[in-house]
Amino acid sequence: MLSIKNLYVSVEGQEILKGINLEVKPGEIHAIMGPNGSGKSTLANVLAGREEYEVTAGEVIYQGEDLLGKSPEDRAKEGIFLSFQYPVEIPGVPMVNFLKTSVNEHRKHRGEKELTAGEFLKLMREKMDLVDLHPQLTNRSVNEGFSGGEKKKNEIFQMALLEPKLAILDETDSGLDIDALKTVAHGVNALKSPETSTIVVTHYQRLLDYIVPDFVHILYNGKIVKTAGKELALELEEKGYDWIKKDN
Amino acid sequence: MAEQDKILQDVTQSDYKYGFVTDIETDIIEKGLNEEVIRTIWEKKKEPDFMLDFRLDAFRKWQKMKMPDWAYLKIPPIDFQAISYYAAPVQKPKYNSIDEVDPELIETFNKLGIPLEEQKVLAGVAVDVVMDSVSVKTTFKEVLAEKGIIFCSFSDALQEHPELVRKYIGQAVPVADNFFAALNSAVFSDGSFCYIPKGVRCPMELSTYFRINAANTGQFERTLIVADDDSYVSYLEGCTAPMRDENQLHAAVVEIIALDRAEVKYSTVQNWYPGDKDGIGGIYNFVTKRGVCRGVSSKISWTQVETGSAITWKYPSCILLGDNSIGEFNSVAVTNHHQQADTGTKMIHIGKNTKSTIVSKGISAGKSDNTYRGLVKVMPGAINSRNFSQCDSLLLNDTCGAHTFPYIEVGNKSSVVEHEATTSKIGEDQIFYCNQRGIDTEKAIGMIINGYAKEVLNKLPMEFAVEAQKLLQISLEGSVG
Ligand SMILES: Nc1ncnc2c1ncn2[C@@H]1O[C@H](COP(=O)(O)OP(=O)(O)OP(=O)(O)O)[C@@H](O)[C@H]1O
Ligand SMILES: [Mg+2]
Repeated sequence: MLSIKNLYVSVEGQEILKGINLEVKPGEIHAIMGPNGSGKSTLANVLAGREEYEVTAGEVIYQGEDLLGKSPEDRAKEGIFLSFQYPVEIPGVPMVNFLKTSVNEHRKHRGEKELTAGEFLKLMREKMDLVDLHPQLTNRSVNEGFSGGEKKKNEIFQMALLEPKLAILDETDSGLDIDALKTVAHGVNALKSPETSTIVVTHYQRLLDYIVPDFVHILYNGKIVKTAGKELALELEEKGYDWIKKDN
Repeated sequence: MAEQDKILQDVTQSDYKYGFVTDIETDIIEKGLNEEVIRTIWEKKKEPDFMLDFRLDAFRKWQKMKMPDWAYLKIPPIDFQAISYYAAPVQKPKYNSIDEVDPELIETFNKLGIPLEEQKVLAGVAVDVVMDSVSVKTTFKEVLAEKGIIFCSFSDALQEHPELVRKYIGQAVPVADNFFAALNSAVFSDGSFCYIPKGVRCPMELSTYFRINAANTGQFERTLIVADDDSYVSYLEGCTAPMRDENQLHAAVVEIIALDRAEVKYSTVQNWYPGDKDGIGGIYNFVTKRGVCRGVSSKISWTQVETGSAITWKYPSCILLGDNSIGEFNSVAVTNHHQQADTGTKMIHIGKNTKSTIVSKGISAGKSDNTYRGLVKVMPGAINSRNFSQCDSLLLNDTCGAHTFPYIEVGNKSSVVEHEATTSKIGEDQIFYCNQRGIDTEKAIGMIINGYAKEVLNKLPMEFAVEAQKLLQISLEGSVG
């Protein structure tokens, strides 16, 4: 599905990622943990194609093709979804228009017929239930005035609409209350299939009780310094990052 | 950023594809302006006597006036003696069939959703008389005539309803109001006249009809709309299709008079040639638009979408004379390349309990300058009056400018004037968010722009709003075709 080889990334001349290697197979769930500022969001953004992040070395193969040469919208339409750590507000653009455009761009890309307003609304209602999003929110502008938790739920709602092959969830759990966390995790699991993969960026073991990872990676100072099974998250919860920092 | 910059640069550098292609046979008089020329215009147009006085009065005052220099505009010197002030256009069709027209122009028309028949007229294709919009016009005319509505060219009005014209001309815009209005009053060639009788609601938007006419409006155009007691009309001027004209200077005057409880909605879409990407050429658009709410509880609203012209100097205003009268100004002004726009409104509260609302949305791209200039003046006698102004500026890059000059004068204590202003930039993070959801940068910018301007676009009549929305996107993307 995804193969990252020796990836180096700089932002504004400063090297952030220093040789990342990561292999994600279909059906797998990978958790990425690591202290603040270690480069987790940078990695997520690079995969999604954000331009400020300059790839200075390495390659990324997605579904057998070079990913880094593709535009962000093509990556999205080919199945990469990023749930943003900080979803941005777009005043004046109604959620419904935004989502319908998004879904139809994806459909066009797959050679499918665009959905009519009626068909789209039906689809929307169906998916909204999955994450228990208040229907009224879709009448507002994109993320405008949404609470922190609502923004995160809204990301997963969009994921449900777009049914990505590779979902990258950047701290989707932060800002969610306990019930919302369960709902969102349930939503993510419901969307999971043996063909789709997930990369979960989180600081907390709690989320991994619900979204159970096959691998846990620790990203520190731009490198993956440790990889293990889900028990690594528990160990981190207990010991913090100091032992990692000391070793590196 | 790079991607967004690239698109915005494409926008900034894409050429306006429709140069001056009109092929016109004209009856033109000598260049220059003097009393003799004014007399000639008056004679050629066989106007009633009072018009000679009106024109000469304006001309004499104009001679003593200077071009205004207070606007935030760089206006190259204009040689008023180098212009010919009378040209009766005899427009020859340029093409025999629509197949000969530049496909890109047709593409734009299609994007804007303009019907084929109108496309032909706009592009200058010879039109089969039976198929011609003339028949549509005739149907319109019949319906309007039934209601007693007068809607005709200014010249016809001067022949057929001289008393009505005489009663109202210069009432909203006095001959010596400003330099350009005085010039227009002296030399205006033609325009439109509209009178809605007492108690009549005009049953249709005066739109499609007008749009067809709009393809060959004159350089000095004059419009007069009079809404008698308890009447209503919605009037649309202009055209979303790209407008070509060989005259660089345009100085139009629009006057609206609303009597007791009358309501006039005036909507404009202005898309004149803006000049090339280096700022060469383009129309200079100096317009004076003013409405007088003369009657009690009358209402005048101006809605404008301005995307064209090299220079726009325009302040559609309302004089709220009647008690309880209402004035509205809703504007979207887009500037790109080297375009300059200095536009806004004046709301003059004179009657008691008068209300005005101003919503101005400026969008700047390229190396353009976009200025809002507004005056809200509440006279001492205009007790309990209200104004709310909202002036927003949206910047698409770092090379363009947005400026806001709100002037507020409140002459009594019972009135309330509120002003809000914001300036924002389209964020890379907003664009990226859209990209990540599969929406490309062009579409994303279009979506954000339309969201930003929605409040104003919603004020336009439905059919026009859809076109205007597409126009905004097109004029900013430059992706014509
Ligand atoms: N656009 C940018 N400009 C400058 N520096 C940046 C930019 N984006 C990221 N950085 C820097 O790169 C480093 C890694 O940031 P990143 O957001 O990837 O961390 P993170 O691991 O996601 O942290 P957190 O757990 O706090 O979300 C930080 O030092 C950050 O300041
Ligand atoms: Mg982060």
